[in-house]
Order: sequence, then C-alpha cells, then structure tokens
Amino acid sequence: MRNHDLTKFKENVLWALTNQTLRKNLNRAITHTLSKRIEVVSELTNWEELREKAHNIRKHTIENLAYYLENFEKKATENGIKILWAKDAAEARSYVIDIARRINAKLCVKSKSMVTEEIGLREFLEEKGIETVETDLGEFIVQLANEMPSHITAPAMHKSRDEIGKLFAEKLGVDFTNEPENLTKIARRFLREKFLNADLGISGANFLVAETGSIVIVENEGNAGLSTTLPKVHIVIAGIEKVIPRLVDLTIFFKILGRSATAQRFTSYVSIINAPRNKKPDSPEEIYVILVDNGRTNLLRSEKLKQALYCIKCGACMLACPIYQRVGGHAYGSIYPGPIGSVLTPVQFAFDEALILPFASSLCGKCHEICPVKIEIHHLLLWLRHKAVEQDFSPWIEKLIFKLWLIGMKNHKLYEFGAKILRYIRKIGIKPELKNWSKWRTFPEIAPKSFREIWRRQESK
Amino acid sequence: MKVALFIPCYIDQFYPEVGVATVKILKKFGIKFDYPLEQTCCGQPAFNTGYWKEAKSLAIKFVKIFSNFDYIVSPSGSCTSMIKIFYPELLNEDELKNIAQKTFELTEFLVKIMKIDSTGAEFDHKVTYHDSCHALRELGIKEEPRILLRNVKKLKLIEMENSEDCCGFGGTFSIKFPEISIDMAKYKLNYALNSGAEFITSTDQSCLMHIDGYARKNKINIKTIHIAQILANF
Repeated sequence: MRNHDLTKFKENVLWALTNQTLRKNLNRAITHTLSKRIEVVSELTNWEELREKAHNIRKHTIENLAYYLENFEKKATENGIKILWAKDAAEARSYVIDIARRINAKLCVKSKSMVTEEIGLREFLEEKGIETVETDLGEFIVQLANEMPSHITAPAMHKSRDEIGKLFAEKLGVDFTNEPENLTKIARRFLREKFLNADLGISGANFLVAETGSIVIVENEGNAGLSTTLPKVHIVIAGIEKVIPRLVDLTIFFKILGRSATAQRFTSYVSIINAPRNKKPDSPEEIYVILVDNGRTNLLRSEKLKQALYCIKCGACMLACPIYQRVGGHAYGSIYPGPIGSVLTPVQFAFDEALILPFASSLCGKCHEICPVKIEIHHLLLWLRHKAVEQDFSPWIEKLIFKLWLIGMKNHKLYEFGAKILRYIRKIGIKPELKNWSKWRTFPEIAPKSFREIWRRQESK
Repeated sequence: MKVALFIPCYIDQFYPEVGVATVKILKKFGIKFDYPLEQTCCGQPAFNTGYWKEAKSLAIKFVKIFSNFDYIVSPSGSCTSMIKIFYPELLNEDELKNIAQKTFELTEFLVKIMKIDSTGAEFDHKVTYHDSCHALRELGIKEEPRILLRNVKKLKLIEMENSEDCCGFGGTFSIKFPEISIDMAKYKLNYALNSGAEFITSTDQSCLMHIDGYARKNKINIKTIHIAQILANF
C-alpha cells in the first residue's frame, strides 16, 4: 500500500484510531524512545544552549542558502565530486537513470533517504529494470511490505516484531522467528549478497558541508557505509537545505541529532565522504551529488515558512505529537507525516488537499518544545490555517458562522442580545447542541446570569 | 496602578462563577480594578481557525478598550496567550500599544506582579493540576499556579502523570477532529484518575470544559474546577 492520497486523511484517522495492533505498536515504540530521550537529553546541561546554537546556524544557512550551496559545489567539484542540480523529482530521477544506464547498472543498493521517497526513486528504478534494495533494516521491512515509511527515522515503527517475522517468512521464504537478533541476521544475510554484487550505491545525506565539500551521513547499522563504498559509483541525493557552513558545526548537530531522532548519545556510524577514489583508496570511482529543490524554494519564498527548512529531519516532533501518537505516520498520506509534515506537504509539494493537515493539530506546542532546531512548528501550522482560509479552503457554513460571530463580538450590545436569545431558547426547553461536540461530550449549560449581569448588579449597589 | 479585568466570553456566558471568584481574589488584596463592559472576545476562535481578518478586527477593538490600563488580568492562560503571543502576529507596533507586555494570566499576576503566594483559601480535597498548553508552553506558566495551590489550607496537591499532555480541546480542533480529541481527553482523565485526585484544576476553563464534558458523558467520577474558584475559597 503506497498511499499518497491526502484526501483520505479523515478516513485514515478513523481507521488508525480503531486499529488496536497499530496503536499498541506505536505506543510501545514512542513511549520507549521518548523516555530514553529524556534520559540522554538531561545528561547535557547545555541542551537549551545547543538548541539555540543549532537554530542560529540553520537560520543563518537558510538566509544565505545560495551562497553556501555555491561554496559546497565549488569545494566538492575541486575534490572530484560531480554536482547536479535538480529542480524537481523528474529531473532528479532522470539524472539517476542516465548514470545508471551509462554504467550498465543491474543492481542498486540504497541507504535510507527521505528525498528518494519524495522523488519515488526506488519504484522508478525498478520500473526501468534496475533491482533496487533498501539496506536500512526499517526501510528493508517497509519495502518488503510494499509500504511507505511511517516515520522519517524509524520507518517500520508501526510494525511489531511478530508482524516483521511473518513478513520475512512470507517474502524471504525463511522460518518464522520474532527474535530481533534473528530477524536482523536474516536481513543481513540477504543484504550482504546484494552489497557485494551492486553496481550502484545510492544514499541521502544528513549534512553537506560548504567549507569542505563533504557529504555527512549518520547511521546505526553500517549499511550506509557499505552502500557508499562497495559499488563503483555512488549517487548522493540531497535536498538543497541540507548544507551547513562549516565542519565544526557538526559538533553541535551530532549532539542534537542522535538524541532527538533515536534517543542515542551518538549514532553507531558516521561517514564523512570527501572525494572519489582518485584521491582516496576506500571510495568509489565516481561520486555524484544531486541537489534537489523539489518545492523547497516554495518554502524559501515565504518569510514565515522558510523556517521549515531549518529542519534536520530527526522526526522528534512526530514522536511528541499527540495526534501522530494516535494515528501514526501512514494516516497522513504524505511523505513527511506529523507536525513538520503538515507544514511541508501543502507548501513544498503544493498540494491543495493537504491544507486539511494544518488543522489536524490541537496546537499544543510539544512539536516546538522538542524540536532540536527550535522551529515554531505549531505557529507555522496556524499561519497555514490562515493561508487556507485566504484560499477559500473552508466550508461555507464555517465562513457563515464566523461572519455572524464577528458581528456579535464587535458590538457588546449585540453580543449581550445574542446571549439573551440563547438564554431564552434554553428557557423554553431547547438545548442548542453541536453535533461533533455533543456526541461524545456533554455540552455546558449556559449560566442563568452572565458574569457581566452579576457585575452590573453588584456595581449598582 | 490601573488594572483591568478581562473575562473571556465563554466564561462570561457559561462559567460566570470563575469571573466572580477572580473578582473576590482581587478585592481581597485591595487591587483596584475595572471591568470594561465593552469587552467581548479576544478573537482566538477565529484566529486559531485561520480567520485572521476577523481576529484582527477584534484585536483592534480589544486594544482600544484596554490600552489605557497598566495591567490586564484574565483567568485564562489561553486568552492571555492570544493577546501576548498572537496579537503581535496581527497588529503592528503602534496598534499594539504595549498591550502584550501588560497582559497577565491571573496566577501569574498574583505571584509575579503582586508577590502573593497565598490567597488564604481553604479547600479540603485532593487536587491535581492540568498544565494547559497555552499557559505552559506559550506563556511559560508552570510554578505560579502550583505555588498558590500548595498554600491552600487542607488542599492536597497530587501531580498526575503527564500533567503536561494536551487534553485534546484545541478549540475548533475538538469539533473538526472529535475522535482524536476525545481520545486525548480519555488519556488525560485516566492520568488524573490514577493520581487519586478528586478534582482536576487548571488555569484554563476551556480545557476543563472539554475534560468535564467527556467525564460527564461517560459517567467518570472526577470533578473539574477552575483554579480561581479554589483560590477564592476563603
């Protein structure tokens, strides 16, 4: 089920809320990560200071994005890396297939990358007859299940180990096991052969360093390291916002990224890739970096929304969001789910139907509170609601209600008159009810006397 | 010192006792205040639903009514955050007339501005405090209500697990996505019940309206009470 249907959000929500297995899986994974996260964050006494610094670096970079991208291109090119600029998904895919055809690639190993999800790269390569294997365990699982990742750093978070065991048994023809260690072994055995035979390696990038032209990838399984070194050709696909100014900035981002994404002090592996083999013996012969816009400049154009590009894609806002906690990532129907996804999807991908997503939030602010680069996600959601109303997205009845409401609220005499009518209606036995409220919650009774009536009486004494 | 009392519209119409309790507290400490009768709604329902044009015209009206006061006090973290945090989104510097800096939620006003840490109230019950999202995360109010509650005679303040979790109200969110909203209320009520408290209190009647509405519909035995009503129990 690769579901990109954003119009089904409400339907998906009901499906998710009543799916007990899903809720159990989500609850277990989220509770575990969040509680561990508190532990590893509290070990740092300067967490808030780190967030502030990270925010400032991201802000500075996004404000000067063209400058840093040009610097990155210059340095990387000097190092022998080839840079390609893709304005959209189609262009990015065509670069990849051109390279793949030129080297006559039959098998491609891929490490985890959300941008490749964005551009539908795996399906595209498979259609073109190039076997493409996800090598991140979570991604490998969702590939086998033919699903989308349900979380940007924990793609198979919605699945229990029983479900994964069944999936492996069915798709890989192995005996059923639900032991995480055995499941990992099965995946490793399967993937090892792919690594050794692959002609092409594709990865994303966590950071692109402008100062040195380096590509930085953090991971836990070692699969990214293998994907980017074993095949002769390595293609990096990265959003244009991934650039950071200096190598030294990594000291801050490493501290906040692991803790935010997976509640780890540090990820197990870090690859910093600087040059192809002509300069370094342990690298592939050719390295390409495809810098993908794919709607990011839509965000960049808005003074308010460009903040969303500070995002380092840790997914912490999803874990913290009470809505995501209940419905999971698939319900959103978008590549990026959860709070930040509700900002990115309508703007970056210009999906009008995604304008429902910014409304699916109680605006509790936990997404902002947890965000390691301090994006005001909840305020951006509010801004998008305002844009949605401007674009005439709201139903006529809501528009009418707010029109009438405004007339009443602008004049306190009309307001009091309206309240009098309500009291009269209630007095003759009619109880006004809001269906979507009263079906589940008792509606409060209008008080016999309003505060202002009580106040007037007291003051006149 | 000129203080104005701002009573949110839904408290005015549905929960006047919260306003009355606020008045009682302010009077006890000899705080001279006025309640401008021209006030209605701060505009938050429209603002949160995306109707910023409508919200703006109410923000302008609000500033006109309240700009001559030194302080504006309101028994609502949510409406206070509308004025303090969100009015600057709608109005320019001139239109704002410092209104954001002058507005305070009741417990914050008592503790921070008036330096009052006890209202001399008595309340012989076990109470748990729900951190409303706007009071906590927009305004940074965490300690003030707890200081006041701890000093209420006979009151036993029991912290519930996840007191900072959203109750699921969220204004029109509760109407647009009722299924998620009530699931959040259910969780919140369970945390409160597990704490052994008899009452859930908060700086925000809107959260309590939602929590209480769910509790009553499902016959869950726990009561809600606005913090001003506890603090005015002297």
